[in-house]
Amino acid sequence: MAITVSRPKLTWKERIYLPAILGGMAITFRHFKNMLLGRTKVTMQYPEEKWDSHLPDHYRGAPALVRDVSGRIRCVACQLCEFICPPRAIKIVPGELPSDDKFVKVEKYPNEFDIDMIRCIYCGMCEEVCPEQAIYLRKDYAITGFTREDMVHDKEKLLEIGGVMEGVVLKWNEQK
Amino acid sequence: MAADCQVGRTVRSEHENDLPIRNPLMPSLLFWIFSALMLVFGAAVVINRNPVASALSLVVCFLGLSALFISLDAFFIGVIQVLVYAGAVMVLFLFIIMLLDLRAEERRKINAVAFTGGVAVALALFVQIFSIIRQLRGADQPFPALATPRSDDVREIGFLLFDNYNLPFQIIGVLVLVATIGVIVLSKRELR
Amino acid sequence: MPYFLILTSLMKIIGVIFLIILPMVSYSVYAERRVSALIQDRLGPNRVGPAGLFQPVADTLKFLLKEDFTPAGVNKFYYWLAPCLAMVPAIATIAVVPFGSSLFGVPMLIADINVGVLYVFAIASLGVYGIVIAGWSSNSKYPFLGGVRSTSQMISYELSLGLAVIPIFLLVGQLRLTSIVRYQIEHGWMLAPFIGDWTNPQKWLLAIPMLVSFCVFTVAIFAETNRLPFDLPEAETELVGGYHTEYGSMKFALFFLGEYAAMITGSAIIVTLFLGGWHLPVPSWNGGFHWALVDGSAPGWRGIAGGLFNIATFFAKVAVLLLIFIWVRWTLPRFRYDQLMRLGWVFFFEIALVNIFIAAIILAYYPV
Repeated sequence: MAITVSRPKLTWKERIYLPAILGGMAITFRHFKNMLLGRTKVTMQYPEEKWDSHLPDHYRGAPALVRDVSGRIRCVACQLCEFICPPRAIKIVPGELPSDDKFVKVEKYPNEFDIDMIRCIYCGMCEEVCPEQAIYLRKDYAITGFTREDMVHDKEKLLEIGGVMEGVVLKWNEQK
Repeated sequence: MAADCQVGRTVRSEHENDLPIRNPLMPSLLFWIFSALMLVFGAAVVINRNPVASALSLVVCFLGLSALFISLDAFFIGVIQVLVYAGAVMVLFLFIIMLLDLRAEERRKINAVAFTGGVAVALALFVQIFSIIRQLRGADQPFPALATPRSDDVREIGFLLFDNYNLPFQIIGVLVLVATIGVIVLSKRELR
Repeated sequence: MPYFLILTSLMKIIGVIFLIILPMVSYSVYAERRVSALIQDRLGPNRVGPAGLFQPVADTLKFLLKEDFTPAGVNKFYYWLAPCLAMVPAIATIAVVPFGSSLFGVPMLIADINVGVLYVFAIASLGVYGIVIAGWSSNSKYPFLGGVRSTSQMISYELSLGLAVIPIFLLVGQLRLTSIVRYQIEHGWMLAPFIGDWTNPQKWLLAIPMLVSFCVFTVAIFAETNRLPFDLPEAETELVGGYHTEYGSMKFALFFLGEYAAMITGSAIIVTLFLGGWHLPVPSWNGGFHWALVDGSAPGWRGIAGGLFNIATFFAKVAVLLLIFIWVRWTLPRFRYDQLMRLGWVFFFEIALVNIFIAAIILAYYPV
C-alpha cells in the first residue's frame, strides 16, 4: 500500500530560504572561529603527541620475553604458549642446556623463539598460560616493518622489548 | 547622427580616443592565418564522419570568424559572435547531438554518385561566384580605408539598432517571442 | 613603441599568470582543505612544511609522477583535449580585468578592450566545452551525465549572469572594465557609494538594485564555476566523480585547477564590477576629512608603492571572496536538479529582469 507522506507546510520565512542559509553559515563560522582560537578539542596529532603515558596498566601490546635478575632467559621452552596461541603465531625450537651451565637443572631453553607479529592477535593467552611467567604483553603498539620477515620477532628482538622482570618466580635460583 | 551621439549620457574615459597601436603587417598576416583556419575547419565540418567532431570544428570556425571581426576593430560583433554562436548555440547543438545515437552515421559508406554530385555542385557555385567577381568593377582594387569611428562600436551599434532600424528590430523581437510561445505550446500539448 | 607595448604585455601576462594566478590557484586548494577542516573541527593538511604550506607542491609532484592512464574505450583525441579546454578559458578571462592602477606608468591590465565584460562572458561560455567533451569522450555513463548537466546548468545561469550586470552599464554607460573602475573611484563603489556626494540619498537608492545585481551575479558565478550548492556536474555522491570520473593524474589535476582558476577569475570580475576593483580609499586629513586616492600616478617611489598597493588591494579583495566561496561550499547542501533549474529560470532570471527596470526607473527620475 502506498503511503502518501504529507509535505510540511512551510512558512514564508522558511520558503524564502535565506534565513536558513544565513543560520547555517553562522554555525559553520562559529566552528571555524572556535578552531582558530583553539577552543575545540581535536584529534591527537600522532607522531608528535603519543598516548603512551595514558596507557592503562592492563594494556595488551606486543608480547615479549623477559630475563630474570640474574640475566637468565626465563623461558624454559615448555611450548605451552606455542600450543595455546590461537593464530599459531609462536614458533619455538627448544634446546638442551649444556651440563656446565649454571642453571643446568632447568634442562631446556629456547634455541629459537619467533613470534610472527602479522599473525599475533594480542590476546594475551601466552602470558596467561606461561608457567614460568616468562612471556608478557608489553605496551608497544607500533609494530612496523617493510617486509614480512621484518614483522617476525626473533628471540633477540623479543628479549630487547621484554627487558628484565624482577621477583615473582624464583624457583630456579639457588637462594630460594 | 553626430548630434545623436550626444544624446546618450556619456562617461568619457581617457581611453576613448586612443587608437590601438599596431604593426601594419600584423592584421594582414592575422587575416591569412584566421582565414586559413576557417577554411580548414569549415571543410572539417563536412568531411568529419563523427557529428560531435563536426560540431566542434564549427566552433573553431566561429572563433576564426570572430577573430576576423576583431582584426577589423569590430570588437562588439566579434565578441557577440563567440558569445552567441560558439558559447550558446553550438553548446545546445552539441547537447542534442550527444543525446542522439548517431553511430550509424559513422558507419555509413560513401555513396559515389552523391559524392561526385556534391563536388560538382560546389565546383559550379565556385566558378559562378568567381566569374561574377571578376566582372565586378573595382574588385581588383583595395578597399578604401575605413573611416575612424566617432565613438566606440558598442555605442554605434546601439544607435543603429534603436534609431535607424528600430522597427525591424522590434519585429524580430516579436518573431522570436512567437517562436518561443510556439515551442512551449507544442511541447506542452498532450500526446493523443 | 610597439616593441615596448609587446614587451610590457608579455611581462604582464607572464607575471599575472605565473606569479599570481597559478600560485593563487594552488593555494586556494590548500585554503579549501584547511578551511573546510577548521569548519568541521579538524586540522587539515599540516604535515608538509610549516603549517602544511608546501602541500600544494607535494600535490603537484604527486599528480605529475602518477601513471598517466588512458582508459581503453575513450575517444583519445578528445579525451586529451578536454582538460586543456577546461583550463584555458578560465585563465584567458583575466586578460581584460584591471588588477591594478599602473606601475612605472604601465597600466596594470593586459588588454583594455571596449567590450570588456562581454569578452569575459564569451570566454567563460567556452569553458563548458571542456566539461562537455570530457563527459562525452570518456565513453562512460557518469561522466556523460555530468557533462549533460553542466551544459544545461551553464546555459541557464549565463542568462542571469548577463542580465545582472546591465544596471551597471545603465549607470556607467560603457562596457569597458577600466571605465567601470574609474566610475567607482569617482562616485563610490557600486555596493557602497561613500565617495563623492555620498550624502545624496539618490545614490544610496541606486545601491539597492546594485545589491540585488551583486547577489544574482555572485550566485550565477557559483553556478558557472560548478561550486556547491550548484555542483551537479561533479556530484560525487550521485555521479561517482562527475565529468572527470575517468580521468587521473595531471589530466584530472587540470580539471581541478581549472575549477579554482574559474573561481579566481569570477571573483576578480565581481570585485571589478561591484567592489571598486583595485581602489581602496585611504582616510586622510587635509583641512577636513576626505578620502584620498592612492594609485601609481605619483612620481618616484610613492608611485611604485601606490601601484603595488593597488595590486595587493585587488588580490586581497579576490582572496576574501574566495574565502566566502569556500565558506558557502562547506555550509550548504547540494540542490536537486529540478530545484536548480527552477531557481535559475524562475527566480534569478525574473529578479534580474525586474532589477533592470527598477534601476532604469531610478536613473530616469534621478539622473546621477
